[in-house]
Amino acid sequence: MARKFTGYVIDNEILAKDIFRLKIESDSLTQIANVGQFVNIKCSNGLEHLLRRPISLMDVDKENGTFDLGFQVKGEGTKFLSEKKKGDSLDIIGPSGNYFDLNSDYKKVAIIGGGIGVFPLYYLLKNLKSCKKDVFLGFRQKQYVIMEDEFKMFSDDLYIGTDDGSYGYKGFIINYFKMMLEKNRYDIIYACGPTLMLKGISNLAKDFNINCQISLEQRMGCGIGACLVCACKIKMGKQWEYKHVCKDGPVFWSDEVIFDE
Amino acid sequence: MSNVKLETEICGVKFKNPVIAASGTFGFGKEFGDFIDLNLLGGISVKGITVEKRDGNPPPRIAETPSGILNSVGLQNPGLDKFIKKEIPFLNNFDTKTIVNISGNLIEDYCIIAEKLSSEKIDMLELNVSCPNVKKGCLQFGNSANGIYDIVSKVKKYCKQPLIVKLTPNVTDIKEIALSAQEAGADAISLINTLLGMAIDINTKKPILKNNFGGLSGPAIKPIALRMTYEVANSVNIPVIGMGGIVSGDDAIEFLLAGASAVMVGTYNFVTPTACIDVLHEIESYLENKGYNSIHDIIGKLELNYEKGGCEI
Repeated sequence: MARKFTGYVIDNEILAKDIFRLKIESDSLTQIANVGQFVNIKCSNGLEHLLRRPISLMDVDKENGTFDLGFQVKGEGTKFLSEKKKGDSLDIIGPSGNYFDLNSDYKKVAIIGGGIGVFPLYYLLKNLKSCKKDVFLGFRQKQYVIMEDEFKMFSDDLYIGTDDGSYGYKGFIINYFKMMLEKNRYDIIYACGPTLMLKGISNLAKDFNINCQISLEQRMGCGIGACLVCACKIKMGKQWEYKHVCKDGPVFWSDEVIFDE
Repeated sequence: MSNVKLETEICGVKFKNPVIAASGTFGFGKEFGDFIDLNLLGGISVKGITVEKRDGNPPPRIAETPSGILNSVGLQNPGLDKFIKKEIPFLNNFDTKTIVNISGNLIEDYCIIAEKLSSEKIDMLELNVSCPNVKKGCLQFGNSANGIYDIVSKVKKYCKQPLIVKLTPNVTDIKEIALSAQEAGADAISLINTLLGMAIDINTKKPILKNNFGGLSGPAIKPIALRMTYEVANSVNIPVIGMGGIVSGDDAIEFLLAGASAVMVGTYNFVTPTACIDVLHEIESYLENKGYNSIHDIIGKLELNYEKGGCEI
């Protein structure tokens, strides 16, 4: 269950242009956090920027009572976070949301992430039990390639691509992934990234008849399931319903999600 | 324990304190039970209920604006029957007043809800004639004196519990609307609902909200809310509940001074799930520090600089 707590910054490291890895100390969170969950952080001191920013957990160190968040500076809220230094305190609610299904029956796993969507997948990868782990990561350009060494350490095979071909495979990583799907059989796909990419992966999962879990993003209000703003269309039998990313998600089975447009 | 008396009464309903969670910002209370003791609240105004279940508007439904947020949820709710079956029993577990916020496309919808709720264990009804996020109903009843008279007088016939009418600020003269609601039989007024607004993404050249427009709330609207609360409280003789951008005890005190018998905390619940309780404790400290015995020592005790405001609307 999510709690409101004060977390203390241990480290704030730049991974790439405008992309940061924030390490925070909080024993109360690390003991109960699960793979796929997020925290909702207050990103201002005054009242100008009211809403908390939801950020996925990218790593949790239960032994040392610390957790890591990866984020990209996109506006004032994330800029505020990027300026945090060792010892600074943060007002945090979490861990929030549901988790990835880490069923040990999955013997061959594909992980596919795009851009900063790779962060929650790193936490996932580190917590997968013994199975064959193939990881596919896509970035815009070489300068945005992040976490390569970390992913390499925990995966069996790592494939990296850039949209412009400045590093690794040239083009959308989903296209490379599709080629691999034609040769390999996976028991499950886990994905996180831009909505269009997730839509494409959901279609692939359907075509190849593979279980697939995706972590969704939506603009949030309260982050605790009360305000109902972070709606996503979820199939309910032959109908659909607006479920909410903060409480019912962020992780959904790809075949239950309806992507509009 | 404090000796300050916080009890306030709104048309016969006794609230243990003047802090009520505002409709649409507190769900049905459950989610906040993880963060606060719901028994401490003066009351809870639940998420707006319609006769049938509503899906709400497509996302994005929220945008952050300076000191405020725009929302366009569109009254997503489980519908009256499910609310009665699932949510009222939950709310009855707590020693706090339950206010049911009701909405509809047609006046008949409001009447159906009021009638069905008349046998339920709830304390008050709040007539939502001010939601800017739905195509039909709501705001169209609330933005004219005639419209509000029509709906309030008709719905009132079906109400067993006292009826609060929640006003929209999207009008020229809110005093006229409030007086009309009073004349039609409203037992109390709550105000303000959100101000209709817009935010644009300059990269996509589209509104951030899928619904294009949304309701603005938060500290950005507090001065407007306060002025309107003052105007209405000084025009009608039924109790007024003030809201709009309250984030602290100081903010709440301003509304009480302006004439509100109670306040509702809304948007700030999203920022801090303990907001209502924080506001309550701060009100208590203010009263103690100033040496007041009771909340009634400050309600309506605003001292104007001049008898008439500088620019009366």
